[in-house]
Amino acid sequence: MHSQDFFYQAIIFLTAAVVSVPLAKRLGLGSALGYLLAGVLIGPYFLKLVGEEGTDIMHFAEFGVVMMLFLIGLEVKPSLLWNMRRSIFGLGGLQMLITTLIIGGISMLFGLNVLQAIAIGLIFSMSSTAIVLQTLAEKGLMKTPAGQGSFSVLLFQDIAVIPILAILPLMANQVRTRSVDLHEPVLNETTVSALPGWQQVFLIVGLVALIIFGGRFLARYVFRFIAQTGLREIFTATALLLVIGIAVAMDRVGLSPALGTFLAGVVLADNEYRHELEANIEPFKGLLLGLFFIAVGSSMDFKIFADQPGTVLGILGILILVKFIVLLFLGRFFRMRTGQEILFSFALAQTGEFAFVLISFSSQNAILPEQVSGIMLIVVALSMLVTPLLLIINDRLVQPLFIKAQKEQEPDEIAEHDNPVLIAGFGRFGVVIGRFLRANGIGATVLDTNPDNISFLRKFGFKVYYGDANRADLLEAAGAETAKVLIVAVDDREQINHIIEQVQRKYPHLKIYARASDVRHTFELNDMNIAGYRRETYDSSVELAVRVLGELGFSRYQANRAARSFRYHDEIMMKELHQLWNEDKRKYINEVRRFSQQLENILISEKDHALHESDHAWDIESRREEIREMYEILTGESEGEEDKDT
Amino acid sequence: MNARNKILVLFAHPALHKSRVNRQLISAIKDIEDLTFHNLYEEYPDFHIDVKREQDLLLDHDIYVWQHPFYWYSSPSILKEWIDLVLKHGFAYGHSGTALKGKKIFSAITTGGRREVYQEDNMNNFTIPQFLAPFRQTASLCNMVYMPPFVTHGTHLLSEDEIHAAALDYRKILISLRDQIFSDEEIWRCNYLNDLLELTQK
Repeated sequence: MHSQDFFYQAIIFLTAAVVSVPLAKRLGLGSALGYLLAGVLIGPYFLKLVGEEGTDIMHFAEFGVVMMLFLIGLEVKPSLLWNMRRSIFGLGGLQMLITTLIIGGISMLFGLNVLQAIAIGLIFSMSSTAIVLQTLAEKGLMKTPAGQGSFSVLLFQDIAVIPILAILPLMANQVRTRSVDLHEPVLNETTVSALPGWQQVFLIVGLVALIIFGGRFLARYVFRFIAQTGLREIFTATALLLVIGIAVAMDRVGLSPALGTFLAGVVLADNEYRHELEANIEPFKGLLLGLFFIAVGSSMDFKIFADQPGTVLGILGILILVKFIVLLFLGRFFRMRTGQEILFSFALAQTGEFAFVLISFSSQNAILPEQVSGIMLIVVALSMLVTPLLLIINDRLVQPLFIKAQKEQEPDEIAEHDNPVLIAGFGRFGVVIGRFLRANGIGATVLDTNPDNISFLRKFGFKVYYGDANRADLLEAAGAETAKVLIVAVDDREQINHIIEQVQRKYPHLKIYARASDVRHTFELNDMNIAGYRRETYDSSVELAVRVLGELGFSRYQANRAARSFRYHDEIMMKELHQLWNEDKRKYINEVRRFSQQLENILISEKDHALHESDHAWDIESRREEIREMYEILTGESEGEEDKDT
Repeated sequence: MNARNKILVLFAHPALHKSRVNRQLISAIKDIEDLTFHNLYEEYPDFHIDVKREQDLLLDHDIYVWQHPFYWYSSPSILKEWIDLVLKHGFAYGHSGTALKGKKIFSAITTGGRREVYQEDNMNNFTIPQFLAPFRQTASLCNMVYMPPFVTHGTHLLSEDEIHAAALDYRKILISLRDQIFSDEEIWRCNYLNDLLELTQK
C-alpha cells in the first residue's frame, strides 16, 4: 500500500471515529455502536469512501481484541480465575452446547445437512467479546453477576475456538463438495499444525510454560530495567512487543492469540508494573478495537440485505431469540436474579467476531455454500450492531421494571420523604458509610449497580436506585435536587472524578464527599474543591499499625495517641506534598518512580516533625532536672557547711 | 480610658446538643469584640490537642475563662487534658516558665445544685471556691491571678427567663472585665463575680 493511500485511509477512518463516537456517546448509545455506524456510513453502500479493503482492515484490527484480552487478563488474578472455573466451564460450556444443538436443529429444518448444521450452530453460538466487554466496562457493569457471567462465557468461547478450528477441516472431509483446499493450513503457511500431533502438543505446553515462567520470574527484572531508562516510548515498545510476540507465537502453535495474551495478562496481574502496562496498551487497544468495529460496519454487505431482507431479518430474529432464551435459562440456573439474568442474556445474544473467522474458514473449506455464508456474514454484523441497542432497551425499559416490581411488593418499606444523603456505590466502602449513617438515624439513598443488593437494602429502609451515578436521569430520580450531601464511594478513580465533575455542573448545591484511592487522588480531589475526601485504606492502615505497636509493648493509650499524632502530621505534610506534586506534574516522571519519589518526600518531611511533641507535658524529665539542680544547690551548700564544720 | 483586655474563653462541654444553660451563655457572649471563643470539644474531637496553637492563643490574650458545666465537682475531662498538656513545664511554670505571668483567669461554671447546698453544713459539704482549689492553685503555680468564679446555680430549676437573665449577666461581666470597669479590690471582695453586678446597680 502506498503511504499516500495509507494516510488517506487513516483520515477517513479517524474522521469517522471522531465524528460519530462522541455523538453516539452523547445520545447514550455507547462507543461500540458509534464506531459500527461510522463504518456503515463510510462503507461501499453509503458514502463509498471505503471499498472492499474494509475486510483486510478488519483482520488487522482484530488485534484490538487480542489486546483487550491481555488487559482483561491483567485484572484477573490466577486465584480469581480458579474461583471462576465452575462458571467458565459450566455456564460457558452449557451455553455453547445448548445453543449449537438448537441452532443446528433449526438449520436442519431448513434443509442443511448435519455437518453444515453443526458448523452453523457452533459459529452462531459465539458471542462478541469485543462488543460485550467494551460495552459492559463502559457502563461499569463488569463486576456485577451478569458481567462476571458474560466474562466466563466469552472466555470459554475463546478457548473453544481452538478445537473448533481443528474440527472444521475434518468435517470438510466428510462434506466432500469440493476437495481442493482441504489441506490449506489453518491460519497461515508456517503454522505447525502440519507437524505430528505429539510435537504440536509439546510446543503448546512448552510455550504456555514459557509464558508462565517468564511472566512470574523474568518480567519483573525486564520491566525494571526498561523503566529505569526513563524513556516512556521504550516502555510502550516493550509492552507492545510483549503482546504482539505472544500473539504471534500462539498463532504459530495453533492456539488463539487472544487466549495466549489473556494468559500472559493473568500471569502479570501480580506484577508491580501492571498499571504501567495497562496505561501503555490501553490506547492501542481502544483505537484498534474502534477500527475493528468500523471495519465490521463498512464490510456489511447491504446488497444481500436488500435482495433478501426477509431472510436476513428472519434469521437475525431467530438467532437472537434462541440465544436469548438459552442464556436466560442458564442465567437463572446459575443463580442470577433481579434482572441480572436479563442483562446477561441481552449482552450475549449476538454473534461475534470469531464468527467472521469461522465463516470464512468454513466457506474456504467448502463446508458452507457461498450463498449461505454471505447471508451469515451480514446476520453476524447486524447482530453486533443490534447489541448496544438491546442493552439500551434493557437499561431504560427492562431494568426499571424490576425496581418497580420490588417497590410494589413492599410499598410500606420505602420511606417517601427525601433523604439528605446520596451514596453512589455501595461496595466495601459505601456500605460502612451507609450503616454508620443509618445507626445515627440519617436516611440515605443508594445508587448501585449490583441489583442483588437492592431487595434487602430496601427492607432496611434504604432507598435504592439501580444504575450508574453518571446518569443524569438517575441522579435526578434519586433526589439530587433536594439532597444535601453526595458521597461518591465507587471504586474506580476515573469514575469518581467523572461523577464529581457532572454533579458539580448540574447540582452545585450538593456537598460532595469522595473516596480517594491514593495520595495523588486526594490532590486531584482537593483541586476539584469538594467538601471532603478520605483515602480509602489510610485509616485502617493506621488502626492496624496501632495494634502492632501494642503487640510490641506500647501501652494501648500510647499507641492510640501515637496514631493521632501521626494523622495530625500526615495532614500537614499532605499539604506540603500537594505543592510539590503540582510542580512535579509539569515535568514527565515515570509512574513508578513518581510513587517512590513521593514516598521519599513523605519520609523526609516525617523526619522533620517531632511526632510526640504533644506528649512532652507528661514527660517530666525537664522538671526532674530542675528539681535535681535545686537539690544539688541545697546539698552542695550543706556539704560546704559540713566542710567548714570539720 | 484604659486599654481593652483581650479575653479567651476556653469552653468545654461534651454534649452541647443537650445543654440548656451553657448554650445560652455562649450565644450571649460569642459576638463580644476582643473576645475569642474557643470550643475545645469542637476543636479537638479526638482529644489531640495542638499544644503549640493553644500556647500561642494564651500569649495573645490577657484574661482567660475556663467555662464548663461542673461535673463531679470538677471540669469535663478535656479541660483537664488541656491543663495537662498546654501548661507545660518551661512554658507555664518552672524557672523559665513565665509566659503566663500576671495573666488573669477565672472559672465560669454551671451547677445543678443551688447556692445553698454548696455550704459546709449542707449536702455538698464544701463551697464552690473550696471545690475550685485545684484550679486556683494551678493558676497560681503559673503565676496567674485566679479571680472569683462566675457561677450559674440550680440549672435544673431555672426557667427560660432566668437562664436568659444569667446569660445577660455573663455578658455584662465579660464586657466589664474587658474594659476594666472594676478595680482589683472590688473584684477580690466578691465571692462570685456575679456579685459585681450588684455593685453597679447600687
